[in-house]
Amino acid sequence: MPFAIPKETYNGKINSVTVGKDANTVSLGGISTYPFLGFEGQSQASIPIALEVWNSAPLDWPLALNELYGDVYADPVKWALTCQDKYKADMIALRLASTHPDQGDTSPEDAAQVVKQVLEAIEVPLIILGANHIEKDAEVLKACAEAASGYNCLIGKAQEKNYKTIAAAAMAYGHYVLALSNLDINLAKQLNILLTQMGVKEERIVMDTMSSSLGYGLEYSYSVMERVRMAALKQNDTMVQMPIISDVGIEAWKAKESKVDEAAWGDTHARGILWEATTAVGLLMSGSDALIMRHPEALKQVRKTVADLTSVEG
Amino acid sequence: MALTGIQIYKHLPKTNCKECGFPTCLAFAMKLSQKQVELEKCPYVSDDAKALLVEESAPPIRKVVIGTGEKLLEVGEETVLFRHEKTFVHPPGITLLVEDTLGTDELQKRVKQAQAASFERVGQQLCLGLIMVQNISKDKDKFVQTIDVTQQNTDLPLVLASSDAAIMEAALEKTAGLKPLIYAATEDNYEAMAALAKKHACPLAVCHSGGLDKLTELADKVVGQGVNDLVLDPGIHSLGTTVAYLTQIRRAALKKSAKGLGFPVMVFAGPQGVDAQQEVLRAGVYIMKYAAVIVLRSAENWQLLPLFTLKQNIYTDPQQPLQVEENVYKIGEPDENSPILITTNFSLTYFIVAGEIENSKMPAWLVIADVEGMSVLTAWAADKFNADKIAKVVNTCGIKEQARNRNLILPGAVAVLYGEVAELLPEWKVMVGPREASNLPKFMKEQSV
Repeated sequence: MPFAIPKETYNGKINSVTVGKDANTVSLGGISTYPFLGFEGQSQASIPIALEVWNSAPLDWPLALNELYGDVYADPVKWALTCQDKYKADMIALRLASTHPDQGDTSPEDAAQVVKQVLEAIEVPLIILGANHIEKDAEVLKACAEAASGYNCLIGKAQEKNYKTIAAAAMAYGHYVLALSNLDINLAKQLNILLTQMGVKEERIVMDTMSSSLGYGLEYSYSVMERVRMAALKQNDTMVQMPIISDVGIEAWKAKESKVDEAAWGDTHARGILWEATTAVGLLMSGSDALIMRHPEALKQVRKTVADLTSVEG
Repeated sequence: MALTGIQIYKHLPKTNCKECGFPTCLAFAMKLSQKQVELEKCPYVSDDAKALLVEESAPPIRKVVIGTGEKLLEVGEETVLFRHEKTFVHPPGITLLVEDTLGTDELQKRVKQAQAASFERVGQQLCLGLIMVQNISKDKDKFVQTIDVTQQNTDLPLVLASSDAAIMEAALEKTAGLKPLIYAATEDNYEAMAALAKKHACPLAVCHSGGLDKLTELADKVVGQGVNDLVLDPGIHSLGTTVAYLTQIRRAALKKSAKGLGFPVMVFAGPQGVDAQQEVLRAGVYIMKYAAVIVLRSAENWQLLPLFTLKQNIYTDPQQPLQVEENVYKIGEPDENSPILITTNFSLTYFIVAGEIENSKMPAWLVIADVEGMSVLTAWAADKFNADKIAKVVNTCGIKEQARNRNLILPGAVAVLYGEVAELLPEWKVMVGPREASNLPKFMKEQSV
């Protein structure tokens, strides 16, 4: 008796979201299977990966990253161009870190100015990220949304306590909303409902269900994303059918295993890159559709793995 | 899948004779489904029903044991496709491959390094599971000698790999009683390999790279030879194809739709041409996607640390969070005047708080209270992280001897406990820290000025 391939039947599909302008667009999502199971439906053909750029020199990035970007830290435009041209990022994720009240408290106008300069210089789509401060992010992203009018950026992260201002600005200037929820499928769904009730179209939302680093809660992010995908694809719950983007670099490079010299752990440089890449692959295998990363070598390794995952023999 | 009481009840005599010690057949069936009583207690159950119930209640994926003694590796017995549905049970054996064509010095070096590769993480010791010795030379003496040298340098269980049954026989005599995994029965040699597995009571790998049809068929044939402890190898393919195979095998096994697939699966993460980083990332994918034995060609510590950590993450029981031991932990190199913080023993809470203290670049003492692995707020709500507990831990953990200052920082989430803690610890100056750990660096800097 020949072996009957046990296939899952799916009832839903992940929205396809296309960010960027003119010929320089990138699509997220659009799949109808659990991660990389091309034998039973439309699975990922590729995974868009953004490299992270700050509007100010980061003080807490490790040596492995300072070596690469130290020369361009002072100039976000050069930094973004380095990521686009030299390291072939699919997108740039501009984190407006210095707007945080504890990290410089720079003004929304300053941030908007940087956004404008970066957009004029780069071709790939831009993700505009606040500094993860509820009140300040709302102010900053509002100003940046206006400055980026017409560029179809992904902006966020909108959270339960500040989504109104951010979503309104995104709608007014034609952007996509990046919605952040805290490791809980119900909270993720609720935020999407709130956003759609405000008038944001379902296909203009991208979710971040909270990424965690390898060794520091990865399993929680992993299982939440698996559950989100089950609800989206099996139960056809339209309120969780948004593509997921994972903020990998910021988490992975916080882990001491990625940066501390410790003889028993082996080569620090290679280990750091692998820590970020392994975190990324973990999140991809549980449902992520796009990534924000820091190290270009980690990006390259993840791309190789994705290429290998998407290559299925006849 | 385990049967429900009702499903079992259908196959019982339904006479309520009480001879099993339970008032009704249904009550007995309920106990059976909870595995609290043996079917043997029923004197009247028919042989057919017995066979059926034994078959039905057999684990969908057979447990296979490789090796003996303290480091034996148990694989199989998995019951779910997604870890949140219950848990993944037996973490895979990460395996280092060594070939019998290596020189003795290089072999010794690699095996010693593999044996020593061990990391402690959240109370668990993470290390390699197996060493696979591969007969490339086609030379019996060389293979046996390589096994000999390997055994002298490790107590990890072995996988013996040779396609030649005569060479395998010599190797098995060398490892008598140690239950290595025999690799592998193929279309060409399965009868001879099955005979060896039977004779030496060893688990046997079954390899067919021609698709799951062929693999099931071959596994069935090997079972037909009387060998039941199998490990399946679907052969070397692209990562995408291997993931598809692993997924299909797990699904078929759980549904019991293909008998020949109810076994643990082994895969090779590093076929020729795959670089050292890709080997780890592939192995990582295999950890997440159901492999039970994962073979690596290179096993440097910078590769193993992320891999072992991933294994620990994925195989953590979602119902039983990892816990840190109750103790005083040094963050950086604190001295007797360094700040003292307290939090709970949920591993994530510990990691996040410890990480933020590190970010502050100020050495500190972190006191961890055992509250059964709950986060601060949950433990407070459950009345586990209360003033009595905090006072008791502070008094008994040894911080009083290690630090001279008496400033204790409470998590901001339990600010309400401030008064009571201050009362119970009169010699301490109790302070309330930030609600979110991410604000700790700022808080600690402000405190130090």
